[in-house]
Amino acid sequence: MGEVSCMNRRRFLAASAVAPALITGSCTREQTVSGRIIGGGHAMGHRLRTLGTVPKPRHTVKADVVVVGGGVAGLAAARKLQQLGVEKIVVLELEEKAGGTSLSDSNAINAYPWGAHYVPLPGKDCHEVLELFREIGLIKGHDAAGRPIYDEMSLCHDPQERLFIHGEWHEGISPTAGLDAKGQEQFKHFAEEIEKWRAKQVFTLPLDRSLRDPEALELDTITMADWLNQKGFNAEALLWQVDYSCRDDFGGSIHEVSAWAGLHYFASRTGEAANAEHETVLTWEEGNGWLVQQLKTGISDIRAQHLVMRMEAVEGGGVEVDAFDFYHEEMNRFQARAAVCALPRFVAQRIIPGLAPIAGLEYAPWVVANLTLDELPPSPGFHPAWDNVVYRGPSLGYVNANHQTLRSRPIETVITHYEALCQAPPAKLREWMLTQTHAQWSERVLGALAAPHPDLREHVQHVDIWLWGHGMIRPKPGFLWGKDRELMQAHRPPIYFAHTDMSGMALFEEAYTRGVQAAQALKAAL
Amino acid sequence: MTPRPWLLLLSVFAIATCGLVYELIAGTLASYLLGDSVTQFSTIIGVYLFAMGVGSWLSRFVTGNLIRTFIRVEFLIALLGGCSAALLFVVFGWTISFRIPLYSLVFLIGCFVGLEIPLLLRIMEGRFAFKDLVSNVFSFDYIGALLASLLFPLVLVPHLGLVRSAFLFGLINASVGLLALHLLREELARAGKLWFTGLSVTGVLLLGLLKGDVITGWGELAAFGDPVIYAESTPYQRIVLTRQKDDLRLFLNSNLQFSSRDEYRYHEALVHPGLSRLPQAKTVLILGGGDGLAAREVLRYPRIESITLCDLDPAMTKLFASAPMLTAQNAGALSSPRLHIENADAFTWLGEARGPFDFVIIDFPDPSNFSLGKLYTTTFYQRLLKSMVAGAALVVQSTSPYVARQSFWCVDATLRACGLVTEPYHAMVPSFGEWGFVLASRQSLSGPAVLPPDLRFVTEEVLSQLPKFPPDMSRVETEVNRLNNQALVRYFEDEWAK
Repeated sequence: MGEVSCMNRRRFLAASAVAPALITGSCTREQTVSGRIIGGGHAMGHRLRTLGTVPKPRHTVKADVVVVGGGVAGLAAARKLQQLGVEKIVVLELEEKAGGTSLSDSNAINAYPWGAHYVPLPGKDCHEVLELFREIGLIKGHDAAGRPIYDEMSLCHDPQERLFIHGEWHEGISPTAGLDAKGQEQFKHFAEEIEKWRAKQVFTLPLDRSLRDPEALELDTITMADWLNQKGFNAEALLWQVDYSCRDDFGGSIHEVSAWAGLHYFASRTGEAANAEHETVLTWEEGNGWLVQQLKTGISDIRAQHLVMRMEAVEGGGVEVDAFDFYHEEMNRFQARAAVCALPRFVAQRIIPGLAPIAGLEYAPWVVANLTLDELPPSPGFHPAWDNVVYRGPSLGYVNANHQTLRSRPIETVITHYEALCQAPPAKLREWMLTQTHAQWSERVLGALAAPHPDLREHVQHVDIWLWGHGMIRPKPGFLWGKDRELMQAHRPPIYFAHTDMSGMALFEEAYTRGVQAAQALKAAL
Repeated sequence: MTPRPWLLLLSVFAIATCGLVYELIAGTLASYLLGDSVTQFSTIIGVYLFAMGVGSWLSRFVTGNLIRTFIRVEFLIALLGGCSAALLFVVFGWTISFRIPLYSLVFLIGCFVGLEIPLLLRIMEGRFAFKDLVSNVFSFDYIGALLASLLFPLVLVPHLGLVRSAFLFGLINASVGLLALHLLREELARAGKLWFTGLSVTGVLLLGLLKGDVITGWGELAAFGDPVIYAESTPYQRIVLTRQKDDLRLFLNSNLQFSSRDEYRYHEALVHPGLSRLPQAKTVLILGGGDGLAAREVLRYPRIESITLCDLDPAMTKLFASAPMLTAQNAGALSSPRLHIENADAFTWLGEARGPFDFVIIDFPDPSNFSLGKLYTTTFYQRLLKSMVAGAALVVQSTSPYVARQSFWCVDATLRACGLVTEPYHAMVPSFGEWGFVLASRQSLSGPAVLPPDLRFVTEEVLSQLPKFPPDMSRVETEVNRLNNQALVRYFEDEWAK
């Protein structure tokens, strides 16, 4: 009879005004997350191997210079060539849009990055980049001390970083909250080591302007893990932070990355600003897609969805580039006086006959996910920041795309989640990547963020995944200052090279400088 | 075997009313405090009904003296239900995970309410024919629920408020217990302890009913102890209006925006020190200020030809343009033909050059979070300056220079970093305390002040006093607030946390 009386009131309530609330409250969310794996480039790229017979070119396009590859290096080269007075420039890009690993996209809520998403304040040796920043108005002037005044919209808004540790968020990225005395001592000692290298001014960007200091060059023969071990660093928190930094910048763990690169990360950043702290970075809603947009401005002939299958110097001068146009499904031949090859070397050596193959290249696979959220759910501790990292998490954390927007109460947002896959042979990882479904990737991302955001699933409206099979060159020991990279520096007129794998570090500063240098070398010979 | 069964049925009726009232109180309170009324009501009702089911099921394990158990349950419900609203208000101020005590309490009350009817049915079994018993109990249960659902929105919330309503219904539950104790005294041996419990509970609840205000004062949301007369969650904020006698108060996200008793001090001080010295000013921009009170002050100047009011939240401007109680406060300013409303985000709206304006009033909420902090940065003011004529001035409400001294002077430093000449000043607003404003312009304002008639606070003499800062509020050196350091939010958090 107890049940009867309960039903009795339940019916009463169901008939009353609050009934709609009951009904909507009982709706359950779908289990699967919508979205897809995007980025056709890897699929198209693989046709390079699988296309049996090469079709005959249908059209011939004549140009002064063909730039192959529309990433930052290629766009920088094209832009510089244009500034130097070269008239007909054609840029060929494999993807639907130029941008390379600085690609970005947007939806109804936000613009968001698909890859590189910030640039630290450039140091004094980055002449080319500083000049670019002045040209595009990112640097608005200089103070009395000569420090650049940056456009404040583009400086990362505060708060920049937070770390999820001990069950809550803390400001900053160093896991020093609640650290024991030994840990603190090691952080201090590490900072002293870095200061020592900073004082010697060995490390700089672009890295080829670094001093060839013998003690420093020795560092390139060991891994960052070896160096830490030799120096007696074993505090877990410190090792984590160094490892995190290496994964973030080089796509490899401390066991995979050269100690020269690891120390370069900490000791090379000397940029200053009149109106920001020196750790501040430049960033935009769409990440470095914003810079891509600036670089593209004024370049009139960018041809997307073009898979370059051969580029070769022609006897008697000039160069020929054959590219398959996926949009029109036809082969085109580009004839130019010279070309810039702004492709990664592993591709370049397949399409340029006679180009010496480099065996020691290692590219880190990356997985980038953009999650559209109805809101970023509240989580204990410090406020949401631009970069949000989970201590000892499997991934690199996420960046909040609407951090740089000026709307005062943004609720819906897009967060970009980054993971550099490491600790296994990259080729094996790439194979494995292709076996994973969208649902598996989504679960992987939600799992990586489960500690701070156990309820994230309820707020996710959409997840898109981008797989970067060859996301970035990895500076494994011996690569930066060894024979391979030295070989890669040589241009083969009329073909000039510009890519971050010539630097061994996939950084905007390297890509841009390589592009400018290739353009200058090409123009001088034209 | 005392007859008077109608009294027992009256108890059913009372119990049913109380049961539903507690549920409505919990639902209303949760939506006041947490927002999103659909979710709150549906989860509260769900938990409550489920708990009632649990209670009904548990009733089978009640053996022995049913009457004694029933009376104990009544007193327990009286205590839990009666104190529920006060308890939740206090707890809300002290806990991060408010939902845990909320649902626990709702579950407990639901459980005991679920026990009541089955126990009563069993007690009355044998006193009525079964068919009459079921028919009577259920009829009274229905009627009681109906009464509660009518009483609650029409009488209780407007006149008693949530906290006192709960105490009142707790008293009704306790009375049912005491009545049963009296009616069925022959079937209860050693009832002394029960009488004592019942009377103590009644005492506690009576005290609560009389001193409800003091109790809510313990909670962080003391101000909500005033009867809430309007509450709405918009996509941007939670708007709550309370009224206690002639004091009408507006809260946005639980922060007091004005009290009708002294808001004239705030708004006169916000508008007149600047505008009275701009004899040429014809166009005014108000950023924030969707309550129309600053606009009311601006409209005192006949020379003002147009006011643009840019407030993010259309619900806010609509409310203050239409509700008679509120248009009485702002003198219908929002319906003035001289005023034009833009429901837009100020920062992005100013991305295009607007106006240009002769005077700008910035009446944003305090910089209590990083997204509000952006509206106090150099970048924001630089953008705004593009929409201001050369001789224009702007005034910024700049939090309390007494409580948040660094925050106040940080606003001043930020405006000066934009190349402006500033005139910081402060006024006493009793419901806020000492409040600060910064007036800024490209060249210092030199003209004499010509004040409109009928002001209640600002006079020429007061104007000469406002810029004087005693030593405990005088200038301190601070950082400049920029997008990339959010210095102001950091000062503000520190200072208001003290």
